[in-house]
Amino acid sequence: MAEENKEKQETLSRRRFLRNTGFTVGGLAVGGILGSLVPRGKDDNKNNPPAPQDQDFNQALMYFTPEQFRITEAATERIFPEDDNGPGAKALGVAYFIDHQLAGDWGFNARDYMQSPFFPGEKVQGYQGRLKRRDIFDIGLRELQNYSNTVGKKNFEELSGDEQDKILKDFEEDKVNLTTLSPSGFFQLLRSATLEGVYSDPLYGGNKNMDGWKMRNYPGSQMAYAEIIEKDFQKIKPQSLQSHMKH
Amino acid sequence: MARKLPKADVVLVGVGWTGGIIASELTKKGLKVVGLERGKERKTEDYFMVHDELRYALRYDLFQDLSKETITFRGNERIRALPMRQYGSFLLGDGLGGSGVHWNGQTYRFLPYDFEIRSKTIEKYGQNKIPAEMSIQDWGITYDQLEPYYDKFEKTCGISGEENPHPGAGKRSDKFPTPPMKKSPAIKMFETAAKNLKLNPYMMPSANLSESYKNPDGISRAACQYCGYCERFGCEYGAKADPVVTVIPVAKKTGNFEIRTHSHVRRILHTGNKATGVLYVDTTTGEEIEQPADIVVLTSYVFNNVRLLLMSDLGRPYDPATGTGVIGKNYAYQVMKGNAVGFFNDKEFSTFAGAGSLGIVLDDYNGDNFDHSNLGFIHGGSISLTQTGLRPIQNNPVPKGTPAWGKEFKQQSLKYANRFLSVGGQGSSMPFKHHYLDLDPTYKDAFGDPLIRITFDFEDQDRNLAVFLAEKSAQILKEMGANHIDSLKELGPYDITTYQSTHNTGGVIMGADPSTSAVNNYLQMWDVDNLFVVGAANFAHNSGYNPTGTVGALAYRCAEGIDKYRQTGGQVV
Repeated sequence: MAEENKEKQETLSRRRFLRNTGFTVGGLAVGGILGSLVPRGKDDNKNNPPAPQDQDFNQALMYFTPEQFRITEAATERIFPEDDNGPGAKALGVAYFIDHQLAGDWGFNARDYMQSPFFPGEKVQGYQGRLKRRDIFDIGLRELQNYSNTVGKKNFEELSGDEQDKILKDFEEDKVNLTTLSPSGFFQLLRSATLEGVYSDPLYGGNKNMDGWKMRNYPGSQMAYAEIIEKDFQKIKPQSLQSHMKH
Repeated sequence: MARKLPKADVVLVGVGWTGGIIASELTKKGLKVVGLERGKERKTEDYFMVHDELRYALRYDLFQDLSKETITFRGNERIRALPMRQYGSFLLGDGLGGSGVHWNGQTYRFLPYDFEIRSKTIEKYGQNKIPAEMSIQDWGITYDQLEPYYDKFEKTCGISGEENPHPGAGKRSDKFPTPPMKKSPAIKMFETAAKNLKLNPYMMPSANLSESYKNPDGISRAACQYCGYCERFGCEYGAKADPVVTVIPVAKKTGNFEIRTHSHVRRILHTGNKATGVLYVDTTTGEEIEQPADIVVLTSYVFNNVRLLLMSDLGRPYDPATGTGVIGKNYAYQVMKGNAVGFFNDKEFSTFAGAGSLGIVLDDYNGDNFDHSNLGFIHGGSISLTQTGLRPIQNNPVPKGTPAWGKEFKQQSLKYANRFLSVGGQGSSMPFKHHYLDLDPTYKDAFGDPLIRITFDFEDQDRNLAVFLAEKSAQILKEMGANHIDSLKELGPYDITTYQSTHNTGGVIMGADPSTSAVNNYLQMWDVDNLFVVGAANFAHNSGYNPTGTVGALAYRCAEGIDKYRQTGGQVV
């Protein structure tokens, strides 16, 4: 039953959808993006072949030093660890994701209001620091390393999982004394960036092979759910945005 | 010295829902309209890669660039307002179509009670029911007067829905243009539970079309495919009604509408009490340009409408110390946190699928549809279950007590990813004398103009209402069979860092009395006959619903007022 369902769901592809709906309304062709989605005579019976596993050109560093990368990889793996459900942050490429994000607009806070004067505010007024996200990572990772060396006498990435958790928890609970930034603020940034790396489209370098989505049965980018919206839960084979480029 | 262009009949500041509606109505009547839009052009083709949660929902692709302009905020006058440096509580629209592009499409009519809230509250409960600082007032218009305009907006959009069964709802002159959307299993569960509890559920009125539809302007649109990417996203099908796929093409087709994008208006020009045009900057060249016009219409978002009036020295600024003046008065918001989350151990839901206004709702605890004699608040809120498409970065709830990261978090968040449902109240927001908008004395935008400053916090009214709505929501989830329910126990202060809703209201409120309102019930400035201001800024308070239905109705009303003014001059009321 489950298998049968699965096969049926896979037919809810963009192509099938296009064929079924025909994209006309009351005899009028509906313009816009739809026309451009119609396959142009390509053989679309073949699903997208997976990229060769051993040659992911995306997995190189745009911003981090090798040490920063190692710490980030170790720390995010504790936030979202590998377990019976599937891969953790490390195997999903989350540290590459964060590295790539820091290299661009997000790392520079390009679309945030960063004008002076800077005053400390109430918590409900939000972030009021002058540090950009890449500065926060530079300082935060260094402080994570310093604290690990002070408390555990080792670099963060060399500590055991339990020890790493304790270090991270101390940051989360502001038990570390820092003058330049809020330890919990850094931890929250690291945590939210980890979830982004686990669950964003693989085009950004994380969620490798869509494994983040597969673990929670998230179908990624599908053109239509009109045929399943009234039905009970169904597993649908996930698709990434790359699949749209075939059309 | 600014370059001066030939005079237009009408100039619009902002081309979203209100600007688009007014443009379509006036250009059909032959008026030459210029629409100045500070953002870029948008079209359906832009959304080819729209199923990208990171880009659109987390990196705010469609929203105003805060590095150029934001707002400042403080909870009260005793503390320093500081800039909203990053997005949180609400998301400001930008570009052609404005916030109308990235909305969910939940399209309600306010209750008859809303428009006469002060009179009706006093009539039923006495003057003492209204706290001294609460500045509610009647809107200067009744539901019945506004009804034809609601009907018009709903027909433009093709709103999908069914009759609201609650007797407190206003009468409709016509049925919904299209039938309600499809019911998911979760929606059916809510429906059964609510009926068991003797409540009155109905399908949420939706601007995501349930079927293909041709509107009275001859615009055809396809049906919604329930792809699950509405709020914060543009619609790749044009199935979600937005200005770009409805009213703007109608205006363009007349040949009387000229849209200029990348045109940032800095001042409304005026001589005495007559507006003469606007001064704007072409942001692609930096050139300053003057656009003269017979009629000026402010059709941007709440904050910019108020800011432009204050910067241009038009209207009487509100003074919270005396309660006099009107520009900036009665800023209100929405009480969104009165909700409950139910976790189901043995049931999975396809909540990844959905549409922005796919949902079921009830009004048994909204407006004055229930007795408030022994309650510490007035008004109320709608309670709903929506299925808007749960995307994975932003939706990882775990039962209370679960750690926020690590092994247990991963396990629980994966387990419940498709096994939780939220039921929540959309609480109304009452104005208070000390909640207002004015110009920030310190922080500037990219042009050196002052930012707008919000002074706002939650009051006892809001705290009591939020907990009340959360309890009612939890009762429904219990009836639905949730194994574990977490619900709000205490509202806490207003926090600008967490998303609540882009339902900011007030500041240029409408009314019947020029001493207590900024515009008449055609949204014409009392002080400047040829200046109209339209949008949620006109709301004297915010109801327990999404605002866009009422915004659209007011825009149609405003278009009629402009046409009247053109013929008669003076105040049109």
